Amino acid sequence: MESVTPHYFLFLAFLLFGVGFLGVVIRRNLLIVLMSLELMLNGVNIALVTFSRVGLNLDGSLFVFFIMTVAAAEVAVGLALLVALYKKRQSIFSEDATLLRN
Amino acid sequence: MNLIDFLFLVFATLAVGGGLLMIFSRHPVSAAMFMIISMVSVAGLFVLLESFFLAILQVLVYAGAVMVLFLFIIMLLDVGPEGSKSSKIKLLSGLAGVVCFGILMVFSLILVLNSYPECSSCAVWPTLDDNNLVLGQSLVFSTSVKSFGFGLFSKYMLPIQVAGFLLLAAMVGVIILSKKFVREGNPS
Repeated sequence: MESVTPHYFLFLAFLLFGVGFLGVVIRRNLLIVLMSLELMLNGVNIALVTFSRVGLNLDGSLFVFFIMTVAAAEVAVGLALLVALYKKRQSIFSEDATLLRN
Repeated sequence: MNLIDFLFLVFATLAVGGGLLMIFSRHPVSAAMFMIISMVSVAGLFVLLESFFLAILQVLVYAGAVMVLFLFIIMLLDVGPEGSKSSKIKLLSGLAGVVCFGILMVFSLILVLNSYPECSSCAVWPTLDDNNLVLGQSLVFSTSVKSFGFGLFSKYMLPIQVAGFLLLAAMVGVIILSKKFVREGNPS
């Protein structure tokens, strides 16, 4: 495992984060926005595991564990909010979530 | 080109390609399917990085639990493909997204290529020894699940309790959010 250096993994992590960010910005279906958030968290996880592996330190891997926990909780609450929004507005597009617009 | 390079190429292509297809697919169900591809290939990358426990967790939590939740909500809401929005907003958000993506990629390339000074004597991937769990003050990276348990219940004792409480709070929050409240004395 010498030709694949940590640079490749780090750049892949940035790429996944960027793709997720692109999805958050350009999509207006809130379900897909939530999925893109998961993709961003995955990119960060790859970077953390790479640093953990290169530095021979377990702290990064344990942090990935906590990120997964928080992501699962976030998805549960986000989808419940989405269902509540759908009950109120009959739509899950971001331009219909105008409750706070004056 | 050895096997590791080939596997890295395959998993990286699948992860990024699945992500791109996910954010550009019209229908939410196909987006969820592409997201499963992306998550499973990220698990494969974890295997290449020799953290097998995290790969198993990735498949269980993301490709299992989270995706089932997403598919349930898609089924519940019955959302079809989205219509076309007004072209002005589309252009604006597309431009903003692409510009931000480009800036992020350029800066990450500069950062990644500069931040890691090449050390000719030391190996790029240091060899693992699974014999000792701690080295000085820090926990040692190893492939065994035992080291995870040791770390979580010694150094990260308080955070894991907080994570458990966070899951409880999320559960209560979801129940409150999706519960239908009926006012007393107003039975309609």
